Amino acid sequence: MTVAVPRTLDEAFAALAAEPDAHLLMGGTDLMVEVNYGHRRPTAVVALDRVPELRGWERSADGRSVLVRAGLTYTEMETGELAATFPALAQAARTVGSPQIRNAGTMGGNLGTASPAGDTLPVLAALDATVVLGAAGGAQREMPWDEFIVGVKRTVREPHEIIVGARLPVRRGPQEFLKVGTRNAMVISVASVALVVDLDAETVAVGLGSVGPVPLRARDAEGWIADRLTFGLLGLSSDGTAETLADEFGRRVADASRPIDDQRSSAAYRRHAIGVCARRALLRALSPQVVVT
Amino acid sequence: MSASYSLRVNGRDREVSDGWLGESLLWVLRERLDLPGAKNACEQGECGSCSVLIDGSLVCACLVLAASAVDRDIVTVEGIAGAVDGSDAVLSDVQEAFLAEGAVQCGFCTPGLIMAVHDLLDRVPLPTDLEVREAISGNLCRCTGYGRIMEAVWTAVRSRQVGREA
Repeated sequence: MTVAVPRTLDEAFAALAAEPDAHLLMGGTDLMVEVNYGHRRPTAVVALDRVPELRGWERSADGRSVLVRAGLTYTEMETGELAATFPALAQAARTVGSPQIRNAGTMGGNLGTASPAGDTLPVLAALDATVVLGAAGGAQREMPWDEFIVGVKRTVREPHEIIVGARLPVRRGPQEFLKVGTRNAMVISVASVALVVDLDAETVAVGLGSVGPVPLRARDAEGWIADRLTFGLLGLSSDGTAETLADEFGRRVADASRPIDDQRSSAAYRRHAIGVCARRALLRALSPQVVVT
Repeated sequence: MSASYSLRVNGRDREVSDGWLGESLLWVLRERLDLPGAKNACEQGECGSCSVLIDGSLVCACLVLAASAVDRDIVTVEGIAGAVDGSDAVLSDVQEAFLAEGAVQCGFCTPGLIMAVHDLLDRVPLPTDLEVREAISGNLCRCTGYGRIMEAVWTAVRSRQVGREA
């Protein structure tokens, strides 16, 4: 077995060229569990956590998008300017594992593993994010999230490529992320919802996690609710209209789910939970306490 | 296949040789470097009993590929006490607080909790109740019910406050 610890992106591509079957390692929170349990015995690992080009995040020159690089940890997503720009991402990051896991796990790892339960993935779906893949010599390709993740833990990343990061469009308006697990802390999601309101485009986007082989969008529910909101004047009226709308919205979101029975939950419970989460996410987004910036 | 590499643990460079390169840092600490303070329970990052600091960041040693941690500053509970390799030393304020409050029952989770509480109080000297609960949410204790652990945290907070005012 070989372990490479490249200190630049060029070194990382060189290490990958030398060991084309190498596993890419970022925070270790997925790969090392498999190694510890003997489910995987890698012959080569390229550790990417010391590559400076994969650290941090960067706003585009026009300010309309942010490149969240592969090495950004969940802890780093939770606070500061990035959290203020993408509240749903910050909320999702905060539900991941424990402080120890959030210090280690990364955006690139979440994308590379592409688990149906990956907590940032519904947020990327709701934001219409793209994924940036790099190759030796500066070659890059970029594709929408749903062209990158193509099945349960399956992506279109080629063996010679490294995930550079995800490009997240900046949206003006409230965002929410809700997740149901079997307890409150340190839990793999049973169902999760990311809701992103775009006040400029006058749209609502809903990303769903853990209720399908890949993250899903609830397009019917999105269009249905967008037709019924006054985007210049979001809020909850006292006559219960919002609650009635949210009930139907939750039902429509649940209809978009494609859950299965597994060791963490039944399909029926997942369908129920995703509807409840969607309903709550909408009401929170419309809540007057939310400061719309 | 094996290879040698060096890890910097509690301020000392330690050679690791004849190991499999896929070994976790937890395994290497316990089985190759004679540092059994970090405990091995779940091996999947769920229990927190193997918590260590790497370059000042609290992580589960079981999820760190040891060979990828070269040139990092690794601190284990043995380093927290100001000692290395199990030699007797003065306990840290957090360790003293755990003793004073009886926050230890079987003791298996204690090293990880000590690391987590040090990490919290070094970053946030006056945490809220919620911040404390969140900071130790990755450290499972099946004995105490956490009441005395919380008390130990407040005792450590107070002792540091007194230390600063003195």
